[in-house]
Amino acid sequence: MSDQRAESVSARLQDGVRPAAEMLRADNLVKRFEAVTAVNGASFSVHRGEIFGFLGPNGAGKTTTINLLTGLARPTSGTMFLEGREYTAHPKQAQALMGIVPDESNLYDELDGFQNLTFCAALYGIDKTEREARARALLEQFSLKQAEKRPFRAYSKGMKRKLTIAAGIIHRPKILFLDEPTTGIDVASARQIRSLIVELNSHGTTVFLTTHYIEEAERLCHRIAFIVGGRLVRIGSLEELMKEHQQETVLELAVEQVGAKLADSLRQRFPRYAVHRPDERHLRLVSDGSIELLPLLGAVAEGGAEVTEAKLIRPTLEEVFVRVTGIESGLMRQEREGKKK
Amino acid sequence: MSSWTAFRAIVAKDMKTYYLKPPNISWGLIFPFAWMLMFYLRSRTPLDIRALLPGVIAMSILFGTTSMLAVTITFERRSRSFERLLLAPLELGLLMLAKTGGAILFGMLNALAPIVVAAFVVDLSGVLWPAVIGSILLIAATSTFLGLFISVAVHEVFEAQTFSNFFRFPMLFLCGLFIPISALPVFLRPLSFAFPLTYGADILKAAVNGDGLLPLWLSFPVLLLFAVGLFLFSLRNIKRKWVL
Repeated sequence: MSDQRAESVSARLQDGVRPAAEMLRADNLVKRFEAVTAVNGASFSVHRGEIFGFLGPNGAGKTTTINLLTGLARPTSGTMFLEGREYTAHPKQAQALMGIVPDESNLYDELDGFQNLTFCAALYGIDKTEREARARALLEQFSLKQAEKRPFRAYSKGMKRKLTIAAGIIHRPKILFLDEPTTGIDVASARQIRSLIVELNSHGTTVFLTTHYIEEAERLCHRIAFIVGGRLVRIGSLEELMKEHQQETVLELAVEQVGAKLADSLRQRFPRYAVHRPDERHLRLVSDGSIELLPLLGAVAEGGAEVTEAKLIRPTLEEVFVRVTGIESGLMRQEREGKKK
Repeated sequence: MSSWTAFRAIVAKDMKTYYLKPPNISWGLIFPFAWMLMFYLRSRTPLDIRALLPGVIAMSILFGTTSMLAVTITFERRSRSFERLLLAPLELGLLMLAKTGGAILFGMLNALAPIVVAAFVVDLSGVLWPAVIGSILLIAATSTFLGLFISVAVHEVFEAQTFSNFFRFPMLFLCGLFIPISALPVFLRPLSFAFPLTYGADILKAAVNGDGLLPLWLSFPVLLLFAVGLFLFSLRNIKRKWVL
């Protein structure tokens, strides 16, 4: 599936065509490591069929949250439910319904691609014929067929990540946990993995994704939670998060030639709007309320200019993230560059 | 049934990727063979070989299992592939039994080498084979679980090896393998009975030569108790240390 398609699926679901039944719920989850509180009262639910994003900087508590939800760590307090059943104290049954892809590939170096997949399937009790069939199908789907007999240690980073995702879904889990799935791999592999995530989701797999790539969360996730210092500071759909922080309407007009005179005449005629002229070809109008387009276009035409494009400028998720968390996005960028190295 | 599929897959993978590798097979064969040869050259009569056989069997199992398991588990924890097992829907007890199953089998195979070599040089008639097999199984289990105990206590592969030797070498001298416990200084003798290998070696001595120190009805349950105790203690530590 192409990235374009990924965007369209994402957009469709963000527009409200989303199944709302609850797949996973965490109530007041707390995890303390001696003096450090890694997760501090996290409460959220993941809807069936959605891609739920956990966005935050390094050390925010993303991986610890995944470890708690998947049974790799025990919560200090709080409860967890999968498909309505509590599994906090006994995660083994719930693990049968989960697929987990950690931030670092954890397959077996000495086994080849095919053996790794069949071994992982066997861990979930799948019989030999079925697990071999599924392994072959996944190797094909993930474009790894040519490397099926190659030892895992000889795979590139991108191939390793793809095989790890394949291993995470070979038992057809209802919910797939992906911890930073595109960190540290090349652009082409990252694009392919994002497309695979959307494709899996379009076939009904609920996805819980942690990332510190803001644009990745924006592109893939139906709902996003911001986590900082172990605390969830905001949860919502992209639309909801944007709306909450869109305090003003910003309209940008592309005009063939913008003179100072035109800008002045618009200021006089529309005193409700703040009119800016960022360059010779653009006008930017900012208002506390809505902006009526037709009278504006008429006024520009009267001034002897022609509007070639008009667009509403919305805050980016990055801007919303910065406003909500107080963390500069540059810091996140530096962190991820550091992680890549 | 699905747990059994997972169990078999773990044992088969470990046997294939760790234990049945040429270096390990050669170690498993050459090490006991070299010891047997050394004692054979030193011995004057076939009776000496028969007297030494229980000690060589016990030592082969001990060395074949303890560090191998400790190293493989520590290695898998370092590479995080062990997490994959912890995340599988398999009860921890069963998972760890599967994980130790390969090492137990490998230890039992190691015991075969000195027996086969001895069979060519001495008459092994009159040996109580059921007791030999039972003790080989239990020595392999306790040595493996000792390896498991070590793997929970360490973080690095080299630590696993060092820590294994910390237990293994004193056991060579204190468990009556080659030096009779009665020949040890009085103050060391109680320490001998704190090691499971003492009971395993004693069963072998009773079964092969009829000169065991303790009755079989006592040694077998004590060895079994050590095996269960070490396994449960390791399991408790795993829950505390690895599932944070």
